[in-house]
Amino acid sequence: MIFQKSISRVFKLTAIAGLALGMNSTFAEVNTTGLAVTDDTVTVGILHSVTGTMAISETGSVQAEKLAIKQINEMGGVLGRQIEYIQEDGASDWPTFAEKSKKLLVNDKVAAVFGCWTSASRKAVLPVFEQYNGMLYYPTFYEGLEQSPNVIYTGQEATQQILAGIDWVAKEKDAKTFYLLGSDYIWPRTSNKIARKHIEKLGLKVVGEEYYPLGHTQFNSVINKIKLKKPDVIYAIVVGGSNVAFYKQLKAAGIDLTDDKYTLLTISVTEDEILGIGGENIEGAYAAMKYFQSLDNPNNKSFVEAFKEEYGEDIVIGDVTQAAYLGPWLWKAAVEKAGSFDIDKVRAASPGIELTTAPEGYVKVHENHHLWSKTRIGLAKRDGQYDVIYETEGLMEPDPFPKGYQ
Amino acid sequence: MFSDYSSTELISIFAMQGFAGLILFSVFVLMALGLAIIFGQMGVINMAHGEFMILGAYVTFLISNLFADFMPAIFSIYFFIAMIVAFFVCGAVGAFVEWSIIRHLYRRPLDTLLATWGLSLILQQLYRTVFGAREVGVTIPDWMMGSIPLTDIIEIPLNGVFVMCLTLIITLAVYFLMFKSRFGGQVRAVVQNRPMAGAVGINTEKVDRITFALGCGIAGIAGSAFTMIGSTGPTSGQLYIVDTFLVVVFGGAASLLGTIASAFTISQAQSTMEFFLSGSMSKVLTLLTVVIILMIRPQGLFALKLRK
Repeated sequence: MIFQKSISRVFKLTAIAGLALGMNSTFAEVNTTGLAVTDDTVTVGILHSVTGTMAISETGSVQAEKLAIKQINEMGGVLGRQIEYIQEDGASDWPTFAEKSKKLLVNDKVAAVFGCWTSASRKAVLPVFEQYNGMLYYPTFYEGLEQSPNVIYTGQEATQQILAGIDWVAKEKDAKTFYLLGSDYIWPRTSNKIARKHIEKLGLKVVGEEYYPLGHTQFNSVINKIKLKKPDVIYAIVVGGSNVAFYKQLKAAGIDLTDDKYTLLTISVTEDEILGIGGENIEGAYAAMKYFQSLDNPNNKSFVEAFKEEYGEDIVIGDVTQAAYLGPWLWKAAVEKAGSFDIDKVRAASPGIELTTAPEGYVKVHENHHLWSKTRIGLAKRDGQYDVIYETEGLMEPDPFPKGYQ
Repeated sequence: MFSDYSSTELISIFAMQGFAGLILFSVFVLMALGLAIIFGQMGVINMAHGEFMILGAYVTFLISNLFADFMPAIFSIYFFIAMIVAFFVCGAVGAFVEWSIIRHLYRRPLDTLLATWGLSLILQQLYRTVFGAREVGVTIPDWMMGSIPLTDIIEIPLNGVFVMCLTLIITLAVYFLMFKSRFGGQVRAVVQNRPMAGAVGINTEKVDRITFALGCGIAGIAGSAFTMIGSTGPTSGQLYIVDTFLVVVFGGAASLLGTIASAFTISQAQSTMEFFLSGSMSKVLTLLTVVIILMIRPQGLFALKLRK
């Protein structure tokens, strides 16, 4: 009796286990860590500011990420699962970003998060992503000096934006002297530090370096200084509302950028910012970016078309918007290569991922989680678009900890 | 630092720098006048002042689009019409705010601070919902964006001249209104002794409403003018609010003359220091000086003598 009973128990257990295995074999393989994945859906998070001061900049990124998710779903989703997203608002407040990212990772168990814009918000969520092992796709060009196993940086780090731009202006415009100008926080300061080292390496001269508080609206004094020093190149990294004030006052003070006498190179003005500045005020300035809306390639044509169809004919697409669009696609490619949604497997699969359909052209994920990408120079036009007048021959290698530039 | 430059260059730069200081002075007066009227005459701390300025800027934006679409022939003068409309729109909204919120809080000045701060958040989100989170570009007529070249280096920015003239006109208008007109007499009577003013037949509630509307209307004009030199977005008002309060408090809250004197001092100090030091450092020094002076003289530069 006793013997029989235990045999039947063993049999029952095996049967249940077998049943469980049979039913869930695909499920268990693609998701061993309890992420929000079902047989036909997978949930991801979108975490940007849609209220507060940063909403100006982050709106484009949200739109791009939603478009990418929609397109992926139309193509059949990821590993046969439709992507659903939970959107949270960081509200331009860094502790809120940390809180919301914890909510996305711990409560919602999302498989990936597309989000953050400022470095401050990224630094705030970083410990959360590392503690709860999440995956963040971060779209903004930024100062570098970071490399987290839990982040894929789809924007350029500083050297990818700066070095080629300065090389170009030194060669094409025969520039000898530079005036560095920026808003007073980490990104402009770090970027100008790299710019200065590079300028000095080329044997050229920095004749002035200035920082103004975020939100500064009066630039007449610095414009006078620039007039006095007569630099060949004004190298400007002004951001936010200050940007608008700076370019309007520059023009009003008689520094006409369409004139050959003045060259201005910026790394902080995309098509998005020109909306506020006004094309007539920045016409003739040069910008170093990896993407411009006017890029002439088939990928970009269909991207711009889809974007306009979704958000209206008047919408503009800046560098960061395109980088945000890459996030979901890179994640999809990594998941499919890994054959699993598990964060560790996606991370291991990420380096070497290639995207031939990127609007900016071809991109590839580096070992250091940044992207190989080209640097391009655009000339600002009156209608608020850029003419792409130069691009680096090959892809620039991402180098978040550049030796000799720190 | 001057050894590398010729004397003509130096003279030109000092001229330009003086002019830059004057422009900054005009900008400060223009943004502080509306607040000074409300704060000084009514004792209401209007934290939504910046948002009223941006309302004026958005009105300008709408009118510029209207002209560009329907009356391109007279686009070059739309700006004057926009400023007048901005004045009345902001004034009307101001009167409504006074009627719905402020008048219930006159005896509680700290609560007006909280209420108007709440109002500023509501307005910001309203702008964001209506106009979108991105900044809008206000197209300024070409003739207002250029500069007059006097010499090689000295160039007079036209928008600066425009702001200076505007400030002068509005300051004079406010002066006559406050000190020469019957309405001004009523306002000053209410400030000095509210029950007494009521007793002699002044409708104090009406005076309050018009004063508040006037302050908001002037903020609207300022916002409209600042589309020439700054950005127009849902939160752009925040860029001005700190400087505005600084000017008003430093000048002595109840005195228009004090506001002008303080705007002059702060603008000259800041623009001179910005030339010799870096931008952030000059801001730090300006704020530090103001703090020290206010510690010694809490009532500000000029104070109205009142029998309490």
